[in-house]
Amino acid sequence: MKIQQLSIFLENKPGHLSSICQELAKANLNILTLSLADTQQFGILRLILRDWEKAKQILQTAGFLVNVTEVVALEVEDQPGGLARVLEVLETANINIEYMYAFTFRRGDKANLVFRFSAPDAAIALLQEKGINVIGAVELF
Amino acid sequence: MSEYWHDYNGAFHPVSAPDYLPVKQLQALQLQRLQAMVQQAYHNVPLVRQRMQERGVTPEDIKSLSDLSRLPFTTKTDLRDTYPKGLFATPLKDIVRLHASSGTTGKPIVVAYTQEDVQVWASVMVRTFAAHGLKRGDVIQNAYGYGLFTGGLGAHYGAEALGATVIPISGGNTDRQIMIMKDFDVTAICCTPSYFLHINERAKELGIHLTDLPIRVGVFGAEPWSEAMRQRIQADSNIKAFDIYGLSEIIGPGVASECVEQAGLHIFEDHFYPEIINPQTGEVLPDGEEGELVLTTLSKKAMPMLRYRTRDITSIIPEPCACGRTIRRVQRIKRRTDDMLIIRGINVFPSQIESALLSAEGTLPHYQIILTRDKGLDQMEVQVEVTPETFSDQIRKLEELRQKIASEVHTTLGLQVRVTLVEPHTIQRSEGKAKRVIDKRGEL
Repeated sequence: MKIQQLSIFLENKPGHLSSICQELAKANLNILTLSLADTQQFGILRLILRDWEKAKQILQTAGFLVNVTEVVALEVEDQPGGLARVLEVLETANINIEYMYAFTFRRGDKANLVFRFSAPDAAIALLQEKGINVIGAVELF
Repeated sequence: MSEYWHDYNGAFHPVSAPDYLPVKQLQALQLQRLQAMVQQAYHNVPLVRQRMQERGVTPEDIKSLSDLSRLPFTTKTDLRDTYPKGLFATPLKDIVRLHASSGTTGKPIVVAYTQEDVQVWASVMVRTFAAHGLKRGDVIQNAYGYGLFTGGLGAHYGAEALGATVIPISGGNTDRQIMIMKDFDVTAICCTPSYFLHINERAKELGIHLTDLPIRVGVFGAEPWSEAMRQRIQADSNIKAFDIYGLSEIIGPGVASECVEQAGLHIFEDHFYPEIINPQTGEVLPDGEEGELVLTTLSKKAMPMLRYRTRDITSIIPEPCACGRTIRRVQRIKRRTDDMLIIRGINVFPSQIESALLSAEGTLPHYQIILTRDKGLDQMEVQVEVTPETFSDQIRKLEELRQKIASEVHTTLGLQVRVTLVEPHTIQRSEGKAKRVIDKRGEL
């Protein structure tokens, strides 16, 4: 149920983000969603795309530092309290979130959340038990 | 000389015989050559004659090797001041080759060779390669630059004289280097260690792993490098990485080299006599003590060099080497007197930054030191490339890494420095010597 996410190290300099996007565009690879975490000096670009293996290889050949991280994607109701309910479940079970970001696609009434947990398998089991929809690569793409 | 040649089941080349001379015999040979060289220099090089006369020394005063300390030093400045031909000791018709080192400031340093000098040079390079276990049948990719730089042709003549197959590819064009290495079953490469790291890195990006190729030896020189870098190279590419040492002023590559023991570099002291001095006072130090390496050429005809101050800091290892060679060893050269940076009055060697990075990361990343001056105060920035091993997709972990490096540097140097993490490949890779320090303090 885990999703492969690409993480790319980026210095905070003009043109660095766009050159990544251009590499992916040239190979006709579509980004499903992304998040950018940054500090004053550097940032980490996190990408989710269907053909992540090809994207990884293209970016590495272009000289970027790319890691593959396993993340967990959830689907919640796109309405007040949607995220709060998930967080409550996690908090009660004392599961730590390294980071998260959200996006919506296709179905207007659902929102998607991407989590990186320190213990992803335990988190998935717990969330499923509580009836939260954990989505895998098949549903996502 | 075959009677002195320790033939380890044919593992060593016959040219390597002088490596195993009994010490007394070696010293007799050194003295005999020294006396002839001093005569030659005294009668043919005005600067040498003038300096010896100032000291009241004549060639006849050289009766033992310890009399060497009565002779004057030669410095890099002397080579510049006598440009172009002031130190040549033979007429131009006897000179078959000229080389020059890149003068970063002003005029280059030009060195000359007679036919005999070129042969001696090839022989010390044969001894170098043989000490690495290379022999006829090996395929040597020579990625040192060909041209005025001594590295390319020096290694080339030696590799050919060894009987190996030589690929004179010179430096640069990394993708082609990798293709040739793979397609011609190269077994050894000659280049700077930092260029080899670059080749290995690029090969990985192209999906080629050097560990899958026949390459087994790296002949690395032309820049100081650390034991940590050796460990990293050997682990990453499964080759034996050997340190060689040389300088144009003495002959080029082939002055000293490691043997398979990798425990110091044997100086080919039947041709190049080593002394260690206190760089401040010029006093000769006993074997085992650290100081500046001073070299005297014993057989060079075109441009004999008397007590040349290399500015390289090392010590002579007094103990005999396990390999059986009787020629002495020096410790690997980690720093030079002119590498030293003075930052806010504190003496800093780039090698200290290297050891701090190593203890913070476990391996040695590419790095660069940038010096600036802000309101009259020196500022030091260390740029460190993030590697696949240190990269985490969590900001917190990268910040921790940055702080760990900063605190290791602070512990080692006693200086607060700014540490910046940069993307891979952003620090320029040299195809010659690595440029570790960018000093912008003069620009402000």
